[in-house]
Amino acid sequence: MADEVVLLSSWFSPFGMRVQIALAEKGINYEFKEEDLRNKSPLLLQTNPIHKKVPVLIHNGKIICESLIAVEYIDEVWSDKSPLLPSDPYQRAYARFWADFIDAKMYQPGRKTWTTKGDEQEASKKEFLECFKLFEKQLGDKPYFNGDNFGFLDVAFIPLHCWFQVIETFGEFKLEEEFPKYFDWVKRCLQRESVSNTLPDQKKIYALACLRRKQFGLD
Amino acid sequence: MADEVVLLDTWFSMFGMRVRIALAEKGIKYEYKEEDLLNKSPLLLQMNPIYKCIPVLIHNGKPICESLIIVKYIDEVWKDKAPLLLPFDPYQRAQARFWADFIDQKVYDVGRTIWTSKGDEQEAAKKDFIEILKKLEEALGNNAYFGGDAFGFVDVALIPFYSWFYTYETFGNFKIERECPKLIAWAKRCIKRESVSKSLPDEKKVYESALVYKKIFGLD
Repeated sequence: MADEVVLLSSWFSPFGMRVQIALAEKGINYEFKEEDLRNKSPLLLQTNPIHKKVPVLIHNGKIICESLIAVEYIDEVWSDKSPLLPSDPYQRAYARFWADFIDAKMYQPGRKTWTTKGDEQEASKKEFLECFKLFEKQLGDKPYFNGDNFGFLDVAFIPLHCWFQVIETFGEFKLEEEFPKYFDWVKRCLQRESVSNTLPDQKKIYALACLRRKQFGLD
Repeated sequence: MADEVVLLDTWFSMFGMRVRIALAEKGIKYEYKEEDLLNKSPLLLQMNPIYKCIPVLIHNGKPICESLIIVKYIDEVWKDKAPLLLPFDPYQRAQARFWADFIDQKVYDVGRTIWTSKGDEQEAAKKDFIEILKKLEEALGNNAYFGGDAFGFVDVALIPFYSWFYTYETFGNFKIERECPKLIAWAKRCIKRESVSKSLPDEKKVYESALVYKKIFGLD
């Protein structure tokens, strides 16, 4: 019997993009249901009553919420193709630690850099850059954050790239000057169809951010 | 070659307790090193330079940080030792990870607010706390444990907070059992396991140390 896979997400959600990339890496066909986060569907509220957020993966009626949990689930169910997590327990712990770091430390300061002004923005920008520096260091001389092969940690991080132009513009800094290795890694990831087919046009993201800033009364 | 396992921890940390329970469940011998969080050791700062906090598991010289990541690591390295803390089925595993993540996102901060605040802020925190526990009760259903019949990952993630319930209840002037009897019944079931009873500190000692903490930081 064919698998029925549905993904509730929003085109601009970096968390949703993680799941899209993982599904694409595994060659899984799925139905993408676009959610309007200002007018959440009954299906979203029913499938994720705890957090009421995207992404939600629905596999043969089974519901999996939280992007990194969904990516691990995809990796385990479709384990015969393109493994995302390393097989060594210590390498797995390393990948999980740094994926968690993105969500726990980098995401909010990054977001606040483009959604706030003044002192709050300055503090957020500083925190974001510190976290980015720490994370980028983990790349070292490896082709991917995960090691020799594109994997879990790359899947966790690459979607945020499409929001970084927004953070740079409103935070008034340029990442490329200080982090050339990071940009090499981005180019390497974008050569993969799973990534290039998933990440939206940065101009569209930027336009959305400008609209949101107007709505927040920032511009 | 025998494994060398060291745990950097603090006796009252719920996060450290999770690791102690997991190691005990697997019957792993380890060296426990108590950290003074107001005077962190060079070893801690070297092994966890990012967060500088406990618990840190050091296995044959390699550090693993973040309590739930450590518990997963223990489960994977010693997968031949019963019990398996995470379920075998991928969907059940995803559910277990979801609820453990929910516990991390919600329980600690709200619990902390109960014992460190007063007035309206405390009342709001108490209300939130009960709502969170009620959601967990729903997830438990009529099972003996969160994983079903067997003690597992989510139970390990949550049971350490039981040692802090007395502190929350005393400062907050409320009784958790009145609102969440199923959850307290689950906790009492867990406490019967040696891995849990030996890993959780005495709840009155936790309360006394909270009292001292509040005095030191001028929170009373």
